[in-house]
Amino acid sequence: MRDHRPSDGRAASLSRREFLKISGLSLSLPVVTDFRVIRVAGAEVKIFGPGKVPVTLNINGKTYTAHLEPRVTLLEALRDAFHLTGAKRVCDRGTCGACTVLMDGRPVYACSVLAIDAQRRSITTVEGLMNEGRLHPIQRAFIDNDAQQCGFCTPGFVVACKAFLDKNPHPTPEDIRKGLGGNFCRCGTYMGIRAAVLQAAGMQKGGASHD
Amino acid sequence: MRPIEYASPRTKEQAVRLLASTWGETEVLAGGTDLLSLLKDDVVTPRRLINIKEIDELRGIAFDPRKGLRLGALVTIEELLDDPRVRQHYPALAEAAEGIRSPQIRNMGTVAGDLCQRPRCWYFRAGFGLLARDAQGRSLVLHGDNRYHAILGNDGPAYFVSPSSLAPPLVAYQARVRLFGPGGAREMPVQAFFRIPQSEDEREHDLRPNEIVTEILVPPPQGEASATCEVRQREALDWPLATASVALKMDGDRVTAARVVMGHVAPTPWLSSEAAQALVGKTITDDVAQAAGEAAVRRAKSLGRNGYKIQLARVAVKRAILRAVQGGAR
Repeated sequence: MRDHRPSDGRAASLSRREFLKISGLSLSLPVVTDFRVIRVAGAEVKIFGPGKVPVTLNINGKTYTAHLEPRVTLLEALRDAFHLTGAKRVCDRGTCGACTVLMDGRPVYACSVLAIDAQRRSITTVEGLMNEGRLHPIQRAFIDNDAQQCGFCTPGFVVACKAFLDKNPHPTPEDIRKGLGGNFCRCGTYMGIRAAVLQAAGMQKGGASHD
Repeated sequence: MRPIEYASPRTKEQAVRLLASTWGETEVLAGGTDLLSLLKDDVVTPRRLINIKEIDELRGIAFDPRKGLRLGALVTIEELLDDPRVRQHYPALAEAAEGIRSPQIRNMGTVAGDLCQRPRCWYFRAGFGLLARDAQGRSLVLHGDNRYHAILGNDGPAYFVSPSSLAPPLVAYQARVRLFGPGGAREMPVQAFFRIPQSEDEREHDLRPNEIVTEILVPPPQGEASATCEVRQREALDWPLATASVALKMDGDRVTAARVVMGHVAPTPWLSSEAAQALVGKTITDDVAQAAGEAAVRRAKSLGRNGYKIQLARVAVKRAILRAVQGGAR
């Protein structure tokens, strides 16, 4: 479990998830194979896996390390190895957006990136948006505009909206409709979400909306 | 997903040596937006992934008015969309990229990956193979739910539709694709890169198991009027039901040469010589665009549940033509 902790030594209280994790640990001792080197086209290339290999990720400004098989996705690493459960697993096929995180500032589906492939990238999850206990303006705007119902798509939407506003600081309602095409809300709270984006963009709430 | 090996070569020479010479053993990982789903569903079950994203020479967009456009295989859809030179000189390509409505897909998905992604046919995705046959060898498509299947080039044995968004405009612009394998580089028109598999041993691309796409080359702009039009169910991320890309060479108001390419209607991007003939020598009007749309689907046939796509393809062609010459008409 030691390597499942962020490197800053942040102590976490024992959550239900962690208790389940610990109690299941004796059944799943990791088999670490590291890598082997083969020589191709005049150079040495490392072959990782199929067993567990050390994977180091930079998430929300902290360094996390775990032993993971190459087949483990970034989403699985975030949720199951590092207990960052903000990014949600819904479709797990890159079509719903609930697992959206930022990689080097750009929104991506964490379910469609391998953890081993996300090394040396800067990853931001919804947990990383709060600043010293204060909500990010887009999080505040979601609350103000009642932009969620069941809430399961919300973390992915919040991250996607942040990325959208970073790239389009002065969006029109039409830009917002097009720009959030990678996320789905099955409760249908799109009106609230669009209003939240407009508010966070500093526009008069509802003022420029054609909806 | 099954356990898998993973390697990140630094050069294309290393990459192709790491790829197996038969299908099924290895797969190329670039954006991964399609491959990871295929792996999770056991549609492909390689023992090793070759990540090509560390190969620097596969990156970058270069444009020269005399040489044309060079897209490295790893250029993302978002990079393509954000490039003002692409929008100015190749609007049909930018409009097709815009149709990929998910920023998350556009940020990871690559231009070569768009060409190499596997069909969305639900029988293929459920493990019944590209030709989607049951144990008795009957086509599941012909006897099952074919609402999203091919309306052109559907004489068999394959009935899926080519899922590429960028291939129709690339074919319209007469782009070429460059491949690299153990025997060196080879190059072909984008149209020739796609083929209709005749058996389950074949894939839908003219790509050997140990080859990779290295770049896409688009000829210099020749003042064509060009556009892409898509018809689909949802405004957000969705696969189109029919698309059309057109590139028209004009002499004043008159069309002197035309390339009309439909997407998502056939197992390959579908270049319609009938639609081109309906345009050459004409001045574009609503009626002429309508007639070209009619010509484009003259040989189309329904498989039972996909007849509605014939009308959608007709409309996509008509709108793409009008959009190319008038701008904005959608």
